[in-house]
Amino acid sequence: MKKALFLLLAVLMVISTVPLFAGGGQDTKGAAAPSGDDPYAQVRGKVVTMAGPFVDADAVKFKESVKDFEKLTGITIQYEGSKEFEASIAIRVDGGNPPDIADFPQPGLLENFVKKGQVVDLNKVLDMEKVKKNYIQSWLDMGTMEGPNGKIMAGIWGRVNGKSLVWYNKKEFDAAGYKVPTTWKELEELQKMIISDGDTPWAIGIESGAATGWPATDWLEEMMLRTNSLEDYDRWVKGELKFDSPQVRKAIKAMTDIWFADGMVYGGRKGIATTSFGDSPKVMFEKPPKAWLHKQGNFVTSFFPENLKANVDYDFFYLPGIDPKYGKPVLVAGDIYAMFNDRPEVRMVMQYFATGASVEKWVRSGGAISPHLDSKLEWYSNPVDRKVAETIQNATSVRFDGSDLMPGAVGAGAFWKEMTAYVSGSKSLDEALKAIDAAWPR
Amino acid sequence: MREDAVETASSRIFPHTFTIQEAGMVQTDKPVLRVLGLLALVAITVAILAGGFIILQTMQGSKILMTLFAVVWGLGSVALLFFVMNSVAQTMPRKIRSVAVAVVFAGPAVALLFWALVLPTLRTLFLSFFDATGKKFIFIDNYRFAFSDPIMLEAFKNNLLWMVFGTSTCVILGIMISVLVDKSKFEKFIKALIFMPMAISFVGAGVIWKFMYAYKGEGINITEIGLLNAIVVALGGEAQAWLLVPFWNNFFLIAIMVWLQTGYAMVIISSAIKSIPEAIMEAARVDGAEDITIFFRITIPSIMPTIITVTTTILIFSLKLFDIVRVMTGGNYGTNVIANEFYLRQFTYGNSGQASAIAIVLLVVITPVLVYNLREFRSRRTLK
Repeated sequence: MKKALFLLLAVLMVISTVPLFAGGGQDTKGAAAPSGDDPYAQVRGKVVTMAGPFVDADAVKFKESVKDFEKLTGITIQYEGSKEFEASIAIRVDGGNPPDIADFPQPGLLENFVKKGQVVDLNKVLDMEKVKKNYIQSWLDMGTMEGPNGKIMAGIWGRVNGKSLVWYNKKEFDAAGYKVPTTWKELEELQKMIISDGDTPWAIGIESGAATGWPATDWLEEMMLRTNSLEDYDRWVKGELKFDSPQVRKAIKAMTDIWFADGMVYGGRKGIATTSFGDSPKVMFEKPPKAWLHKQGNFVTSFFPENLKANVDYDFFYLPGIDPKYGKPVLVAGDIYAMFNDRPEVRMVMQYFATGASVEKWVRSGGAISPHLDSKLEWYSNPVDRKVAETIQNATSVRFDGSDLMPGAVGAGAFWKEMTAYVSGSKSLDEALKAIDAAWPR
Repeated sequence: MREDAVETASSRIFPHTFTIQEAGMVQTDKPVLRVLGLLALVAITVAILAGGFIILQTMQGSKILMTLFAVVWGLGSVALLFFVMNSVAQTMPRKIRSVAVAVVFAGPAVALLFWALVLPTLRTLFLSFFDATGKKFIFIDNYRFAFSDPIMLEAFKNNLLWMVFGTSTCVILGIMISVLVDKSKFEKFIKALIFMPMAISFVGAGVIWKFMYAYKGEGINITEIGLLNAIVVALGGEAQAWLLVPFWNNFFLIAIMVWLQTGYAMVIISSAIKSIPEAIMEAARVDGAEDITIFFRITIPSIMPTIITVTTTILIFSLKLFDIVRVMTGGNYGTNVIANEFYLRQFTYGNSGQASAIAIVLLVVITPVLVYNLREFRSRRTLK
């Protein structure tokens, strides 16, 4: 037995010398292009790896939406979603093993890699004529970042989100006789009415694993836009206006008037910190509803219980402005796709992501708004998504999610952490604000 | 003398079929033939190494085949490589032969350790003197940060809690359980029960305990789903957000490590207790010693080396602890620890300078424990 094994091993070893004598190494490319009239012959059978933060329902919708492209070109897009994306992407890039394409919900995080020169400049590899025709200027501006050798086109926008939306259980809401508020005053009256009916107005949760705290930063940004000028918002995002400033304190006051008030939030102040952001809206759809209002981006419908119909079971209204002087601001966010490896098939996929077709199915199935100019309004089979697109159009001002633009140490670090600490009560407001200011890289 | 030792060592590593004498390929009377044979062997080895590599490259299409081939070819060629290098070393003059053989067998391991352990450590030390991007030299600023930043001070304080309370609870519980159940009817059952959590990963345990500590909030319409809150409410108390309670939440996290690690302490200490000679116990009892006296005067001193080894091992565990905190709280609510902060600095904030400084501090703190542990281990060997 032992001898037989040894013999087998020996034979195998001898066999492995064969290629040396067989003319040393064949063509490693294997199957070459068989025919000339297939425009995708070169990329057929190739694999493009992708990493991003969306998982579960969103990942399924993404895979669904790129299926036609995969069938047409023969390219396989291997998407790997992770809730630890913020951390894992850095490990992969710094370790020299980046995915071909990464989907960043935070341009600030992408900027880290751009600064180190690890991202491919899309100006050099894509057909920029087509790309530029398909986006409004502000999206292109937001995709342009400063690399070690000057400005580069660091990424293209795949999906955008409207954030200033308050969701509610439409059936029950109408049955209870509540009216959609169009001003802050009406919203305050609605809150009072719900409380006097013996219920809780708001459903809020900020727990999100290692990213715990981000929904709190969204709320603060909404309040910043509603209680301060756009100039102050922009200065704040750039780090010129400190967190420990009257302006930011004013916004926090507006937020905590809701968050910390007795009976205003389901589960109370501590419940906010321990409830997962994805679970928090679910209580609105219990029978009877345990809470009535939930502010979140349009993607949150993926987390609603299944079989709910948009516009029938749920709907949203625009979170009204507080001070008429600041108009009707809308907070938006989005996913920016960046390219780390330059190969023909990766270029092709990136070019595809710059077209509306890449998100068409996602848009049709709900939960995504396309920033592409060649996407069509009729794709929004669901009236809610169309309304989101309209809300963004009707805004007097649009601003990108501030925490996603801040440097990683703040936007994906101290801002989340300190807001969580403040909300959970483990730190005072003064301590939290000072800690965020101290974390800003200089 | 020494050469003999090496000879036996090498023949122990290689089964007799592999030794030169019996293979008969190189061992001949004429030195010229011998050298030629060796050269041929070296050539074949090189051919197998290079050929296998090329075959591997052509196998990109089938991952399974590639893996199978890589395993067989990889194992085979490494064995062959050692065999050939040993043959070469054996032909060296007597004086340097023992050194050559040692280099052949220990060399690769030492080189790998140097490449995968020493170099990264040195590079970390190097980076710790630079700024976030690793370009600008800022000398000890990162260390000043590591010892003065409030977040770091909190992490140090918490790690101290983990070290003191986590380790001592594990060890004391381990000793108590092994003494109490020793020779009892249910010994095996109880030990199996306590050892069981060892099979669960730290992350898995974190997920389980998240449900234990679950808290849904206060106010109207709330139903609690957490076990601990269910118990507290059943006893007439009020549901608590356990993981948010400042300072004490550290102990709720430490409880998870105790749950996981007590089993480890218990099995090792229990086996040490069982190896105490019965005669000593007998003699003590004859002399009229009580159980308590026996425990403190005989049991504890006899198993002291084991206790020290177990303690230092768990101490190292609690110093580098990361998973539980990451999964349960993400370092929020005042539960941050050094390893989590270092991970955040490197991978989320992209600050390799500060992260490296923290890593070096952690290394410096762990090293004495490690050295003590190893020394204790070694001295125990020589005694036996």
